[in-house]
Amino acid sequence: MSALQTLGDVVAVAFLLLGALLCLTAGIGLLRFPDVLTRMHAGTKPQVLGVLLIMVGGAIRLQGWSATWMLLLVAVFQMLTAPVSAHMVSRVAYRRRHVRRDRLLVDEQHTAGQDRLYRGDEPADAPPEEPATALAERVRENREDGTR
Amino acid sequence: MTIVYWLTYGMLGGGALLALVRLGLGPSLLDRVVATDTLLVIIAAGLAVHAGLARDPTLVPVLVVVSLLAFVGSVLVARYIGGMLLRSADDGQDVGLPEAAEERAARASEGER
Amino acid sequence: MTSDPAPGPGSRLAHQLRHQLPLLVWLVAVWNLLWGTWSWANLLAGIVVALVVTWLLPLPPVVGGARLRPLGLLVFLGTFLADLVYSGAEVAWQTVRPSGIDRSAILRVQLRTDSDLLLTILSESVTLVPGSMVMDLDRERGVLVLHVLHVRDDDDVERQRASVLAQEERIVRAFGTDDEIAALSRAPGEPFPAAERRTP
Repeated sequence: MSALQTLGDVVAVAFLLLGALLCLTAGIGLLRFPDVLTRMHAGTKPQVLGVLLIMVGGAIRLQGWSATWMLLLVAVFQMLTAPVSAHMVSRVAYRRRHVRRDRLLVDEQHTAGQDRLYRGDEPADAPPEEPATALAERVRENREDGTR
Repeated sequence: MTIVYWLTYGMLGGGALLALVRLGLGPSLLDRVVATDTLLVIIAAGLAVHAGLARDPTLVPVLVVVSLLAFVGSVLVARYIGGMLLRSADDGQDVGLPEAAEERAARASEGER
Repeated sequence: MTSDPAPGPGSRLAHQLRHQLPLLVWLVAVWNLLWGTWSWANLLAGIVVALVVTWLLPLPPVVGGARLRPLGLLVFLGTFLADLVYSGAEVAWQTVRPSGIDRSAILRVQLRTDSDLLLTILSESVTLVPGSMVMDLDRERGVLVLHVLHVRDDDDVERQRASVLAQEERIVRAFGTDDEIAALSRAPGEPFPAAERRTP
């Protein structure tokens, strides 16, 4: 019995260490990667694999059924919700042109002229896709603001 | 066991610190959303590691709340930024959520009438 | 999908119940897991809460006409877990290695299934595997747009595309109906025949 418990402890601690390592690499990836989409890959990785490892490790160590069920619930929630938020953020990121297009090998979703004029959250170095139209729209809007 | 404590908390703290740096640096709002999301996940992982290493299940309910909170927060900000889009190539409906199958069927049957 | 021509009120109720039952069971299970202990009081309270939640916040029916095949499910789950661990290690290595990542790619993949449930499972599992992320899903044409973290050359791109299609096949073999399994052999890019289009 005690040998089994020691084995369980070793496995649990190994899982916890691996999960913590994945969290560290997530931080490194967040800092090193060039744009929002690649950083999201770094961010979602511990959300899934790391959380799964840590939950399993914690469940082995805790030994109470109540805590085990709740950890299972956390893991299931993570697996259900992480793709949804990743999808929403990446969709908006692509449309608002946070993507470093020079770092893409292929871009089969190329959508020209989707957003001509931006105001709000775009990075400062993102040029408008149609500069002439954007300029005309900005001039017109400024004029409308003036007359109001 | 002390070594395990130092290693896990060190790695988690390092990850959290790097995420904080990205949160401060991040050139755009979306970078900060991603960084906050990762930070919350690392915090949840830290709570779970504490519960596992100390055999202390008191903090486990907090984990459920934190994991759901991260989701709600990032979806909210993503929708908010999506709403800032001025114009889109389509009718502008696809900026937020894609149309549900039910709405599409309703629109199609309306068109037939 | 069998649809009787004139559903009476009784069969309509049964139809609604069949669609809502998985959701109700899931909500009761979550309620019991949150309490952590199993008791009759928890079960009854869970049923009441689940009924109130589904009555106040109704969802469009998605789970319809799905079959569960144990063998296909095992194959899918096993491959998914192996994929998760392998790609997780790969992405972790890519973040810490000195050369970092080089090129990413945005791909469009033409899918062969046309069911809300299967497409949801597919995009969730593709996003959960590290290194690939679903950006968009063109529901009308059945095209999945995904972002891949690291590709070296065009061969890599094709390999990623083939892996998504293989994942789709595993999911259809685990959850799909006979019609949908037959649809797998249709050439990609071919439009969906109107008769096969499933509307919930």
